[in-house]
Amino acid sequence: MAIALEQASGKAPLMVWHKDSEIPDVDLIVVPGGFSYGDYLRAGAMAAHSPVLRSLKEKAAKGTPVMGVCNGFQVLTETGLLPGVLMRNAGLKFICRNVGLKVETSQSLFTGGYEDGQILSIPVAHNDGNYFAGNETLDRIEQNGQVAFRYVDENGETSAAGNPNGSARNIAGVFNKDKTVLGFMPHPENAIDPAVGNTDGRGLFDGLVRALS
Amino acid sequence: MKATVHVTLKNGVLDPQGKAIEHALGALGFGGVNQVRQGKFLELDLGETDAEKARAQVTDMCEKLLANTVIENYTVEIED
Repeated sequence: MAIALEQASGKAPLMVWHKDSEIPDVDLIVVPGGFSYGDYLRAGAMAAHSPVLRSLKEKAAKGTPVMGVCNGFQVLTETGLLPGVLMRNAGLKFICRNVGLKVETSQSLFTGGYEDGQILSIPVAHNDGNYFAGNETLDRIEQNGQVAFRYVDENGETSAAGNPNGSARNIAGVFNKDKTVLGFMPHPENAIDPAVGNTDGRGLFDGLVRALS
Repeated sequence: MKATVHVTLKNGVLDPQGKAIEHALGALGFGGVNQVRQGKFLELDLGETDAEKARAQVTDMCEKLLANTVIENYTVEIED
């Protein structure tokens, strides 16, 4: 993640430790994936109460953009910054492969590097990526345009076949109401180098840099 | 005093782990199991001696950490 951010922005990101109580003033806060904090109780539940997350919540409330990827998405839902929750994959297996991903909107800080409806191929690597929220919440976030990405099949359709983990309405990523916080399961930072597959993830980082410059 | 907490998935929330257990029971020859729902059981040893205060404290713990109320229900029992 740090490499992807540095490649796109030309600046090395500051790193903060989970015990840090203060995040410095920055343009963007990223909560990366990787289960480094353990997944005891529920995915992201412990990390959501770590000291650094208090500072993150304060910054998010003041409008600092926040992006959570994979375990970072799980952490952001557990803090309540994003709606819904990530449950165990419907097939009960860890999934590590590229998935079809549709960009629902280019109208955000995070997705401006893509076209509306653009189909990407981005890797996922998760055990708990099954997005769930009550029907009322799902209706509300769809009406508010808070769905950022959906899983799609090889024809670009949001079908059951294109849904790797059982996510409600094929949702792979959601914004908060103001679209200043984004969380999603796939790993765009692992799709920035042709040597390891494709570069479909670059649009996200390039778009972010343009939006925040 | 002791508190016991049961955390269970809400009705309507799919439980693939419970489903897998249900199938495994069937494969072992246990017939007639219509449904399995799995959850969590936690035992807490508390310094608090007032049962009502202990209940309030554990309920707060459930709301903040032990359960995710988007998908889970919880029950709290307090014992001396």
